[in-house]
Amino acid sequence: MNTTPEFSVRLTDTTLRDGSHAMSHKFTETHVRSIVRALDDAKVEVIEVTHGDGLGGSSFNYGFSLTPELDLVKAAVDEAKNAKIAVLMLPGLGTIHDLNLAHEAGASMARIATHCTEADVSIQHFQHARKLGMETVGFLMLSHRTTPENLAKQARIMADAGCQCVYVVDSAGALILEDVSDRVEALVSELGTDAQVGYHGHQNMSFGVANSVFAVRAGAKQIDGTLMALGAGAGNSPTEVLAASFDRLGIHTGVDVQGVMAAAEDIVKPIITRMPIMDRASIMQGYAGVYSSFLIHAERAAERYGVPAYRILEEIGKAGYVGGQEDMIVDVAVTLAAANKAA
Amino acid sequence: MSETKAVKRTAAIVGSGNIGTDLMFKIMRRSEHLEVKYMIGVDPASDGLARAARLGITTSAGGVDWLLAQDELPDFVFECTSAKAHAINAPRYKAAGIHAIDLTPAAVGPYLCPVVNLDSLEDVLNVNMITCAGQATTPIVAAVSSVVPVDYAEIVASIASKSAGPGTRANVDEFTETTAKALEVVGGAKRGKAIIIINPVEPPMIMRNTVYCAIPAEAAEPGELQDKIRVSIDQAVASIQDYVPGYALRVEPQFDTAREDWDGNGRVGIWIQVRGAADYLPEYAGNLDIITAAATRTADLLAERMNATATTVGAHA
Repeated sequence: MNTTPEFSVRLTDTTLRDGSHAMSHKFTETHVRSIVRALDDAKVEVIEVTHGDGLGGSSFNYGFSLTPELDLVKAAVDEAKNAKIAVLMLPGLGTIHDLNLAHEAGASMARIATHCTEADVSIQHFQHARKLGMETVGFLMLSHRTTPENLAKQARIMADAGCQCVYVVDSAGALILEDVSDRVEALVSELGTDAQVGYHGHQNMSFGVANSVFAVRAGAKQIDGTLMALGAGAGNSPTEVLAASFDRLGIHTGVDVQGVMAAAEDIVKPIITRMPIMDRASIMQGYAGVYSSFLIHAERAAERYGVPAYRILEEIGKAGYVGGQEDMIVDVAVTLAAANKAA
Repeated sequence: MSETKAVKRTAAIVGSGNIGTDLMFKIMRRSEHLEVKYMIGVDPASDGLARAARLGITTSAGGVDWLLAQDELPDFVFECTSAKAHAINAPRYKAAGIHAIDLTPAAVGPYLCPVVNLDSLEDVLNVNMITCAGQATTPIVAAVSSVVPVDYAEIVASIASKSAGPGTRANVDEFTETTAKALEVVGGAKRGKAIIIINPVEPPMIMRNTVYCAIPAEAAEPGELQDKIRVSIDQAVASIQDYVPGYALRVEPQFDTAREDWDGNGRVGIWIQVRGAADYLPEYAGNLDIITAAATRTADLLAERMNATATTVGAHA
């Protein structure tokens, strides 16, 4: 083993947040306890637990949680011996009130997400999270939708508000290699020592892990993954593959590679109801730049209105809808179905 | 009739920013019973004050102090400043007997949507216009809850990034919480939830609102009850179009049959587009248009009633 690694990064596992999309928000307390225990034993330092769309996400628009997310957060906090439990929130969807409740439930890290050009809606939430003593991460979602320069300016807004690490978030799985390193470099150069930079990847075009390597080489210090890639769209960068490949590349994570492989295979695989795959619809998400969590909603609308999911997603991409606009899927599907009928 | 038209009630607009300026044009172009007498700001260089002055309106950058020192006080004041400012100004308007229409999220007075609950608030001296999303969605929830009980209503408002001002951006929580509460208080839902999304796409997207209401299982199936809901929604849309011409359904209301994870309820979904009248702000900013239009309509109806009362009293005297 290399004792003086060139790179050192922290892996955050978000199986219990991003994976919630693929599970249609039906994680149970038993699932949470077994997954947290396995990740904690494998020395993963941060575990995110929330509804897929963040605090307050349980809704008609995104799907109702089977178990209230705060019960799941509490169970995770109770189970974790060393790992920090993080929660995600999207301003406009969750509120400071939700953040307070998550903090009371024991969450010690707040990850606050905005569209990549709208960082200023998160200022009050970062300030509040820091006041609560929580560690903070900022998510610039759909990072492919703006330039590295603009993304860096938005990262500055978050850092000035109290964000300690700003992520380049590839919500659509649309970024490819240099797309990632250019953005990470721009953020590193803007933020300097004021905040770290992170990367969150999706597999829609199969670049999750490779992009993560490019991110690390460009200076990213925090990387997200999920066990078995369980997540929105074609899934996330698999935590176990990140751990194994980083180990081979001499990128230090402190994670027990065998431990996360076992967690994926033995704990997560048996509970997955829908394996993430790169099929026509999810590849279209990467190709057209569509928010990954739209996938299952598009599939449901496809079935109900008799139009292919990939066509719905293609139209969503053209319209430029952003994260949270799942409600537009039905509108698009009904309109497409009407056009088909007329043709 | 012609006499009541001659007696226009006077209005002061406090706050000369985007909302105040759009409101000024709306009242001048669309109100039958109101005239803008004063436009008040705090920045002498503001575009709104300059435009008002060019249109012959008395303007001042001296704030509410200046307004209340005038010999002729207005019948109505439209608060287009901030929640903080209105909390301070509200008792002063009240003491002066001025009817306040509050377009800030201060909610000093009760929430009002002119097509839902104006009648019950006619005598209240301070009313709050909720939020743009509240004006767009509470009448639809009220339309559904007037036919069947609505255990839960949820709305998603999408607005163009360019139409989201610094006030909205700094107070997103206030926006969603106020709107959610109005879905209950004005819309008649047992529980409300509101979501706001800011979208930067170019050209800017026109304001959109999606309304979901939980409805009893039988109402989600084709039949008489469902037809009644459709009619009630259509009526609400038509009455809003009366003062917001760009308000329209994107698709027919969609009914989903009952599901276990919806507590055995069915669901009706309503997809709304609000194209602004472009009185001052561009037409994509339907969010700003609908709240100034609702404020204008509210004051206009109140002024009409004041005039009608005055005429009746006069006739008896």
